[in-house]
Amino acid sequence: MSQIHLELTKVGIEFPTPKGPFCALRDVDLKIKKGEFVSLIGHSGCGKSTVLNIVAGLYQATTGGVVLNGREVNEPGPERAVVFQNHSLLPWLTAYENVELGVKRVFKGKKTKAEMREWIEHNLELVHMTHAIHKRPDELSGGMKQRVGIARALAMEPQVLLMDEPFGALDALTRAHLQDSLMEIQNELGNTVIMITHDVDEAVLLSDRIVMMTNGPAATVGEILDVPLARPRNRLELADNVEYNHYRSAVLRFLYEKQKKIESIDAKRAEKQLDKGAAEPAKSVA
Amino acid sequence: MSSKLATLKFEQLKAIKWRDVLISTLMPLIGVLAFILLWHTAAPNINTSLGDFPQPKQVFEQWGNLVDEYKTEQERAEVFYERQEKRNAELLAQDPAAKIDEREFNGRPTFFDKIETSLVTVLSGFFVASIIAIPVGILIGLSQPLYNAINPLIQLFKPVSPLAWLPLVTIVVSAVYVSDSPMFSKSYIISLLTVSLCSLWPTMINTAVGVAGVSKDLINVSRVLRLGWFTHVMKIVLPSAIPMMFTGLRISLGIAWMVLIAAEMLSQNPGLGKFVWDEFQNGSSDSLSRICLAILVIGLIGFLLDRIILILQTYINWDKSAVVR
Repeated sequence: MSQIHLELTKVGIEFPTPKGPFCALRDVDLKIKKGEFVSLIGHSGCGKSTVLNIVAGLYQATTGGVVLNGREVNEPGPERAVVFQNHSLLPWLTAYENVELGVKRVFKGKKTKAEMREWIEHNLELVHMTHAIHKRPDELSGGMKQRVGIARALAMEPQVLLMDEPFGALDALTRAHLQDSLMEIQNELGNTVIMITHDVDEAVLLSDRIVMMTNGPAATVGEILDVPLARPRNRLELADNVEYNHYRSAVLRFLYEKQKKIESIDAKRAEKQLDKGAAEPAKSVA
Repeated sequence: MSSKLATLKFEQLKAIKWRDVLISTLMPLIGVLAFILLWHTAAPNINTSLGDFPQPKQVFEQWGNLVDEYKTEQERAEVFYERQEKRNAELLAQDPAAKIDEREFNGRPTFFDKIETSLVTVLSGFFVASIIAIPVGILIGLSQPLYNAINPLIQLFKPVSPLAWLPLVTIVVSAVYVSDSPMFSKSYIISLLTVSLCSLWPTMINTAVGVAGVSKDLINVSRVLRLGWFTHVMKIVLPSAIPMMFTGLRISLGIAWMVLIAAEMLSQNPGLGKFVWDEFQNGSSDSLSRICLAILVIGLIGFLLDRIILILQTYINWDKSAVVR
């Protein structure tokens, strides 16, 4: 068995609010092996992103801590590269320059200019973005921007790749495309990945393990599901696979039976009502 | 039926296009012409101590007069230098060791010299203001405590009129700027400082707001990359703040130009402000027309300065799709 690479021990976090401290996470324990692909899944607002931000070092845990390769994590750093949900590319830089920013930081003094150039181009090639290497983000589609975001993270050669709902803002077809690309890259590089998702299919398709989180406040790890499906995985073949569907329904059962979110249904209804109210005047204009 | 519909649509489109052209080119022309007509008819009804208020025609005539004055001065200067050269040559021919003076022609500054003086003064004042306001704006945008410390001063000094600053600046400059062979005239320094003091604030405030408004996501990117302070400011903060910064610079330059005219009137800096003041004191029959002309020129230059900043903004701004107006 390979050794423990990243370890979260009794991680909890409280945010100060006017009504006193709000406990978002409590006692999150997680051990991740090198090269493992772990998904965090849970209802929205359960603190998945908070876990990721603590691992990234963007938030400080109130209790417990994160240890990467035997060293405590207490600030952000390029060895824990983040792929943000809304790409977060610098709009004034081209795809190449966006990747370059990280590469220059990480490989300063270790790679020559020519090597850096080659490395940046190699990473953009990995995400199939060679054709738009000198385009600015506003000239790229949503999926392409996210590809560049992934290239930027990969190019830093992170020990852990943190992905915060990387495909959440994309349409279904683009998302499937990017998932396939990600699996390809993962096969090749064998990165350790933590990915936040709320998409059950995405979690089962991509992960070695799925960490299911309970609802907040004071959210924690509910169940952990191993997904020992053979790789490379093919979404079409897996669609009728008994095992795949078993894992899928296990996650669904956790989310919709054990952690059913009753309050959120009311909230959603109210939200819909609001949406309707907002939609009607817009229609009359059209 | 459908083809009929298509032609109808085409004609409609054509009509819309024509209307757009009319609105965008003809309307401004109509506006200006209406203003000139109104001016033309109203002017003879305003009787002043210097005669009737000038009509557009008379103001335009003054333009010709001022150009003539400029030409005359140019000729005088040429004659002066020719004479000086000749005299010096004669002196040298008599005695090769003779001491020769090379004097500058000391003619009256014409209208166009005054425009030049005003432009030099406003741009140097604006430059001084900007190199103070932009760094300070960046610093107070980055640091909330620093912002809290400086904000009261900004709020206090921002509304102060240039006319209030001027006496103070005049006295301080007269006391501090003492030199036997001054590189710049006092009136220039006084006008420059007054312009700077008044045009500092919009750039400072807008830069600070732009810097403080950098998207949280981009700041997170910077933290994950562990960018150094300088790289963070250069690569993340400044580009984000550029649109706001330019908004500030535009307002500042507008204020600088307005303040300059007032400052020149009182400090006697030989620019457009002094031109207007001198004509006011002069009180000849041409004075009113000349003042009107000066006002038009001041407005036109203000407009051009604003356009220059806009061009600079579209050139520097990364967001080429941004609509500037």
